Order: sequence, then structure tokens, then C-alpha cells
Amino acid sequence: MDILVLLKLVPDVVEELEVAPDGKSLDTQWLRLRVNETDEHALEEALLLKENHGGTVTVVALEGPEADDALYTALAKGADRAVKIPGEWASSSSSAIARILADAARSLPGADLYLTGAQAIDDLDGEIAPRLAHSLGLPYLGGITGIVPKDDAKTALVTKEYAGGVRAQFEIPLPAVLGIQAAERPPRYVPVARIRQAMKTGKVEMLPLAPSETASLLEIHRMFKPEVAGRAEFLEGSPEEVARKICDILAQHGLL
Amino acid sequence: MAGIWVLVEHFRGEVQEITYEMLGAGRELADQLRIPLQAVVLGHNGEGLCQSLGAADSVLAVEVPSGRELIPEGCVQVLGPLLQERTPKALLIGNTNVGLGLGSLLSATLSLPFVNFCRALSVRDGRIVATSVLYGGKIEAEVSPAGEPAIYGISPGICPAERGRSDRSPPIERIPAPPLGESRVEFKAYMEPEPGDIDITKMNVLVAVGRGIQRQENVALAEELAQVLGGAVCASRPVVDQGWLPLSRQVGRSGVRVKPKLYLAAGISGAPEHVEGMKQAALIIAINTDPGAPIFHVAHYGIVGDAVEILPALTAAVRERRR
Repeated sequence: MDILVLLKLVPDVVEELEVAPDGKSLDTQWLRLRVNETDEHALEEALLLKENHGGTVTVVALEGPEADDALYTALAKGADRAVKIPGEWASSSSSAIARILADAARSLPGADLYLTGAQAIDDLDGEIAPRLAHSLGLPYLGGITGIVPKDDAKTALVTKEYAGGVRAQFEIPLPAVLGIQAAERPPRYVPVARIRQAMKTGKVEMLPLAPSETASLLEIHRMFKPEVAGRAEFLEGSPEEVARKICDILAQHGLL
Repeated sequence: MAGIWVLVEHFRGEVQEITYEMLGAGRELADQLRIPLQAVVLGHNGEGLCQSLGAADSVLAVEVPSGRELIPEGCVQVLGPLLQERTPKALLIGNTNVGLGLGSLLSATLSLPFVNFCRALSVRDGRIVATSVLYGGKIEAEVSPAGEPAIYGISPGICPAERGRSDRSPPIERIPAPPLGESRVEFKAYMEPEPGDIDITKMNVLVAVGRGIQRQENVALAEELAQVLGGAVCASRPVVDQGWLPLSRQVGRSGVRVKPKLYLAAGISGAPEHVEGMKQAALIIAINTDPGAPIFHVAHYGIVGDAVEILPALTAAVRERRR
């Protein structure tokens, strides 16, 4: 089974995020990026499928800070091929990214599965996976937590998550685009030494593609940090002092 | 007249809460713009679903084969022609696991604008302005679509549902489904959650752990505190994805909504998908190393610090008081 995994880099929200002087975009100057969390699950699911059913895993990312890191890490984890699309993609919309990834998918050998994360924290104009499926003319389902290929990989039985722990199974013909919510196992850890090794012996291929000019369908009036409702009253002190203060609050609320 | 449409979210025969939240938000918009609010039901034998939709001026009910409403491309086959024929001003869809991908797929298929993660919709100079929550709640954006019909993904648990509820029986317009092609994606069966674990929705006290708990062994610190407080441990998504706690303990979009007397969030950043499941707790105390973590927007009390240090101190202090 041949699988193409599309990795998107998103701002690491552990860091403080700032709005750019134009007031309408994110300040990218100090931005630290990381692979979108569900995209990491998409890669893990691809690697698990390869281990269980054979085949290849190709990983694609758009050029940007940390893109090489992400691609070499994928190679160190067991991906067979890493491809980077050069260009300036910093503030691209989901629809623009999906279009360029669809072009990339068409330039690469056909795959049985196209996996990406179910959703990303910057999907202002929607998720990548359904847009990609539309561009490639393939069936799509998102929120996936399990994939079982059937009938010589002509179809797959996939599990989708709903609320309250309820899930449902669907059958989908392959090739298909799936938005992965969670892999069947947590994404594997790979030691830095192995990533360094991959940087020495592995290769990130460049795949130049021309972005298509399309007018954005959204007009951003302004971006801002949410006005903190200021509800939280902060408790300060050593862990022991804080613990005593919490106990007082619990007692006031009849919980202690 | 081009109205505001709300796509009724129903799951296993029941109208979901997000539907009333969207009807409430839609009602406000429709009144300000002086245009009708219409609820759109895609379903098999959807009659029963229409009874609680009286906040809308009318209901458009489209009969589709059972299960089709769960498949985005199946919905696009029905909604696409309807949107093109009737050109509403706006279509509201739930940003939920049921609605996931539908807005994007409609947008891609029909080249219509889609605004995701909306927490509020308002009218400014006759235009709809959406407030979207981005980057896990760290940044918000005010956005308008560049064309109509525009599609809005409404995040659950934010818009008040009261205005969306009504006992009035709305007029129902039954629309025959357009000739449907085969859906490539086929619904097979539901899988029930594994029973046997405790029901966290029934607990008065919940100690919730998130990514900040760092390692599996540290979950025990929360277990001890929960035990002395007579509660249970629950978690945000990353902890469950790691396999440190079962799915039955997950609070948020894919887990459950809880409303305990005390919700102590330890090492949880407060991403919108988690907050929608716990913000109704009577008392929320949050511990997080990041003073900018969105969890502090919903918490009553906050502690900037390491949960791994504070949990055992708190357990000891509670034991001391109990003595």
C-alpha cells in the first residue's frame, strides 16, 4: 500500500503569539512552528499501515522554518521519501495550501491513501483534507481513528469519531483522502541521534511547483488577542502556599 | 427572499445541542437583517426532528437515505444544488465531529467562502462579520466572506441556545432530494463506547489532566488528589491519545460534556475543543505553566505553575484539613 502524508506546519501555541503591525495577520518574525498535531498522527497511522501491510510512505511539506526538521524526522521514523515544495507559504490559506498539495500529489506517483490531519489550529477557511479530496476528485472522510485496508487495498474500513466515545465505521473506496484525528498508537518518539543520521544519509527532494493565483474568498478585518474576560483570580506562592489557598476556596464552596 | 440557513445537526435520531445554538445565533442575524431564518434538515424520516425547530421561520426538510447525512460528500450532493438554486445569504454548520469537513467540501465544490471556528456572528453595515477563534484560542479574527452564499462553521458551546429553542411548530417545506448519485463512502455501523468504566458526567469533583502532566506516572498524582476529594480523574485529548487514560475519561468534543461542582484542570491549556466540554463546571481551578493559556479565560481561579509540583502539595493539604 502506498501512502502520501501531507504535513502542515503551524505556530507552536506554547509560545506567545503576536499580531503583525498590519493588524490582520500573525507576526511571523519570532514564530516557532511545529508539525500540526493531527498531522503527526497521520504520519504515525501511515507508518503503522506500512508495517502491517507493506508498501511505502512518502511525506510532503511546504518550505518554511522547521520544514526540514519535520521531513528528516519523518525519514528517521521510517518514511521512505521526503518531498519539500519550495516557496513562501507563511500566510497561505487552507484552500491555497490544498491546491498546491494537490498539484504535488499529481506530480508524484499515485498513492492508495492520502493522509493528513483532521484539522489544524489555523484552518480559518476550513480543513485541508476535504479541499484536497475535491481537487483530486477522490472520496473523503475526516475525524478518522482507524484504517483497515480490505480486498487488496481496493477499499478500506475506516473508523470515525463522534461525541461521547461513540464511533462509526464506514467503507471507502481507495484511493481516498482521510483526515486523521488520532493514530491507533501515539506518535512514535525518535531519538535526536536518529534524526541526525537521517540528515546525513537521507535526502529531502525539492519539488518546485507554481502556485495558482486565486483571489481569497475571505476578508480579514482584524486579528487580535482575545480580551481576557479576566475571570481567573490568580493564586500565588509556593506549591504549599497555593495548596492552602485552594483548600480555603474548596472549603468556602463546601467541597472540603 | 434570501435567508439565513441553519443545517440541523442530528445524530442517531436526536437533534444536537449545537443546532439550538446555531438557531439562536441565526435568529439574531435574521432579525437584524430582516430576512427569514430557515432550518434545513437532511435525513431519513426527518419529520420528528422538525418539531423542536420553531425558532426558525420555516423548515426545509430533504429526505435522504439513512446515514447519508453523516457523509460530507453525501451532504454536498444534496446541499450543493439547493444552495445554488435558493442562494441564501448564509449557511451555518456545526464545527463538530458530525459537521467536520462539510463546510470545506461545500466551499471547495461550489467556490463559496467558508469561515471556520466562529464563536459569534454580527452584522456591520449590512454585512455579516464572523469572530473566529484561531491558534487554540490564542488569537481571534474578525472576518467577512467575499461572496454569498457564505458558509460559517459554528463552534459548539459558545452561542447561547435559549433563543434557539421554541415549542412553536414551524411550517415545513418538504423538498424531494435531487437525484442522488451513489455515495462513494458508505456508512456501515455504530461502535458503542466500551462500558465498565466510571461515568465522569456523574461526578461532583473532577481532577482533569492534560499534556502538562508530562508522563504517565504523573497521572497517579491526580488519582490521589481525586481520591481524597471524593472525585475522579478525567483528561484532555493528548492524555487519552497517549493511552494514559481510557476514552471514557475524555472531556471535550470527542469525549463528554461535564458539569461538576469542581473541575480542577492540571496542565490543560484550554483549547476550544476541551473548553466546550467543561466550561459549565460550577468552580474551575486551573494550573498551567503558561500564564497566557486560554484555560485561564474560563477558570475562576488560576495558578501559574507546574501541576506536577502542585498536585501532591494539594493532596497533602487536603489530607491535613480532613484530619
